[in-house]
Amino acid sequence: MNKNKVIQVEELTKMFGDFAAVNAITFNVEKGEIFGFLGANGAGKTTAMKMLIGISKPTSGKAAVAGYDVFTNAEDIKKSIGYMSQKFALYDDLTVKENITFFGGIYGLSRKQIKEKSKVLIEELGLENVANKLVGALPLGWKQKLSFSVALLHDPKIVFLDEPTGGVDPITRRQFWEMIYKAAHNGTTVFVTTHYMDEAEYCDRVSIMVNGKIEALNTPKKLKEYFKVDNMNDVFLKLARE
Amino acid sequence: MKRFIGFIKKEFYHIFRDRRSLFILFGMPIAQIMLFGFAITNEINNVDIAILDHSKDATTEAIINKISASTYFSINEVITKESDIETIFKKGKIKAVLNFEKDFSKNLIKEHNATLQIITDATDPNTANTISNYINAILQQYQKELNKDVKLAYQIIPQTRMVYNRELKSVYMFVPGVMTIILMLVSAMMTSISITREKELGTMEILLVSPLKPFQVIVGKVFPYIFLSIINAVVIVMLSIFIFKMPVQGSLFLLALESILFIVSALALGILISTISATQQTAMMISLMGLMLPVILLSGFIFPISSMPLPLQIISNIIPAKWFVIIIKGIMLKGVGLQFIWKETLILVGMTVFFIALSVKKYKIRLE
Repeated sequence: MNKNKVIQVEELTKMFGDFAAVNAITFNVEKGEIFGFLGANGAGKTTAMKMLIGISKPTSGKAAVAGYDVFTNAEDIKKSIGYMSQKFALYDDLTVKENITFFGGIYGLSRKQIKEKSKVLIEELGLENVANKLVGALPLGWKQKLSFSVALLHDPKIVFLDEPTGGVDPITRRQFWEMIYKAAHNGTTVFVTTHYMDEAEYCDRVSIMVNGKIEALNTPKKLKEYFKVDNMNDVFLKLARE
Repeated sequence: MKRFIGFIKKEFYHIFRDRRSLFILFGMPIAQIMLFGFAITNEINNVDIAILDHSKDATTEAIINKISASTYFSINEVITKESDIETIFKKGKIKAVLNFEKDFSKNLIKEHNATLQIITDATDPNTANTISNYINAILQQYQKELNKDVKLAYQIIPQTRMVYNRELKSVYMFVPGVMTIILMLVSAMMTSISITREKELGTMEILLVSPLKPFQVIVGKVFPYIFLSIINAVVIVMLSIFIFKMPVQGSLFLLALESILFIVSALALGILISTISATQQTAMMISLMGLMLPVILLSGFIFPISSMPLPLQIISNIIPAKWFVIIIKGIMLKGVGLQFIWKETLILVGMTVFFIALSVKKYKIRLE
C-alpha cells in the first residue's frame, strides 16, 4: 500500500434495494491534500462519505481509510479520523470548555492533553471571553469554527467535513478556509463536500459525482481547461446537464 | 472507563440544565404523591349534610345526634320543606339530605317500620355511594341498640374486616401506582427523548463516528436515568413513610431489587421507542400514548382489573406495570417475600429480557 495514499477507494458501491446510491466509484486521496467531493443533492456524496467514516457498510468494492479496511477495521478508522457534519453538532447546553472536554474525552485524550489543547484552541479562536458560556449563545460562524477545531482535537490523519460552511457569511467562510489550509499544511488530509463552487476552487483536487458515479476528477484548473470554461460553477453545470 | 465517565458527566449537564426535564424528574413525583395522597381520596370526612325532619321526635333526634357525632358528617343545614331540597343541592355544598317522614317515632313503635329517605348528590357517584353506605351503617347500629332486648330468632350480623389497609386509606393504594407511573415516565419517556434528541441534533452521528462503541453510547445515555429513577423511588417511599405514615411491611431490599428490575424493563422500552422515532415529539407521543395510558388505565392501579371486560383483562397481562403493581403492593402492603411473588417477578424478568433483546436488535448500529 502506498503510504501517501490515505484514502484508497476502488469500485465502491452502495445499493439500496435495486438503486445504486453509490455506483462503483474509484479514487485516491493523498496525504495533506484538500480533496473536494462535489455533487448535486442526491448524487450520493453523503452516502459515499458515510461508508468511508465507518457508519455505513458498503455493498461491494474496496476501500481503505488511513490504511484500515472499511469492511473489517471500521473501529480503527474511527480513531484516525475527525468528522464534522452538515448539521452543527456540538452541544448547545454545554459550555465551550465542556464541549472540548467531552469530545476530547471520547477520543481518549488524557486530562492533561485536553487541558493544554483547549487552552491553545480557545486562544487561537479568540474565545477567551466566552469559554465558560454555553455554546448555544455563540453566533453560528463561531460555532462552526469551534466545531472544526473540535474535530481536529485528537490530531486525526484525515478530517471529513460534510458541507461545513452552510449558512455562514462570506467572511467567516474565508476564515474557515484559512483554518482548513492550516490543517492541511500541518499534514492533515481534508476531505470536504460542499455546494459552493467558489470553495471548490480552493481545493487541491475535486471530484464531481452525478447519479452515484464520479464523472470528473482533477485539479480545478485542469477541469476548467478540459470543459473550456472560466469557473467551477460552469464545470458543474456542464456535467450535471449531460 | 474514563470515556464513559465523561459521557455520563455530559448527560447530567443536559439534565440539570434543562428546566423541563428537571421538573419532570423531581417535581412530578412529589406533586403526584401529594396529589394522590391529599387531594384525590376515596375517604369521606366532614361531609356537609342537611336534615329535613317532618316529625321532630325523640327517635329522629337520637338518630341525628348519632350522625352528627360521627366525624364523617357535619350537619350544616336544617330545612323545613321538600322544595328546599333541590335548592340546597344546587348550591353544591350539601352532599346529602336526610328526610325523616312524618310521625317517624310513632310509626316505628306501632307499625315496626319507619321511613328515612337518604338523598345524595350523585354528580360524584363514588362519594354518593360512600356517603349512603356510611349513613346506613350508622342506622344499622342504632337499630341494633333499639333491639337490644328483643331476641330475634335468626340474625345475620355481617362483620366486615378490611385487611392490609385497615384504615382504608386511599394513599396506600396510590403509592404503588404513582411509583409505577413515575418510574415508567422517567425511565422510558426521558430516555427515549434524550436519545432521539441526539439524533435530531446530529450529535448522534458524531458519537457514532467517534471511537465510542454504539452500546457504550446507549449505556451512557441510559445510566443517568437508572440512577435518577432509583432516587425517585427512594423519594416516593420516603414521602409515603414519613408524610402519609404508610409503613412498608416487607423487605426494603426486595423492594429495591424489584424496582430496579422494573426500571431496566422501562429503559429497554425507552430505547425501543427511540429506535423507531426520529424526533423528540414522536418519542414523547409514543411514550405517552403507548406507555403512560396503558399504565394508568390497565395496570390495575386505579381501575381494578377483575372488573374489566375479558378482552381488556387479557391485554392487561402484557403490560409490565400490571405485574410490578402486584409485586410492590405485595411487598409494601402485605409484607410478602419472594416466595409469594416469584411468579410475577419471573414474568417481569422475561418481559425485560424480551424488550432488551428487541431493542438491541432494532437499534441501528449504522445510521442508514
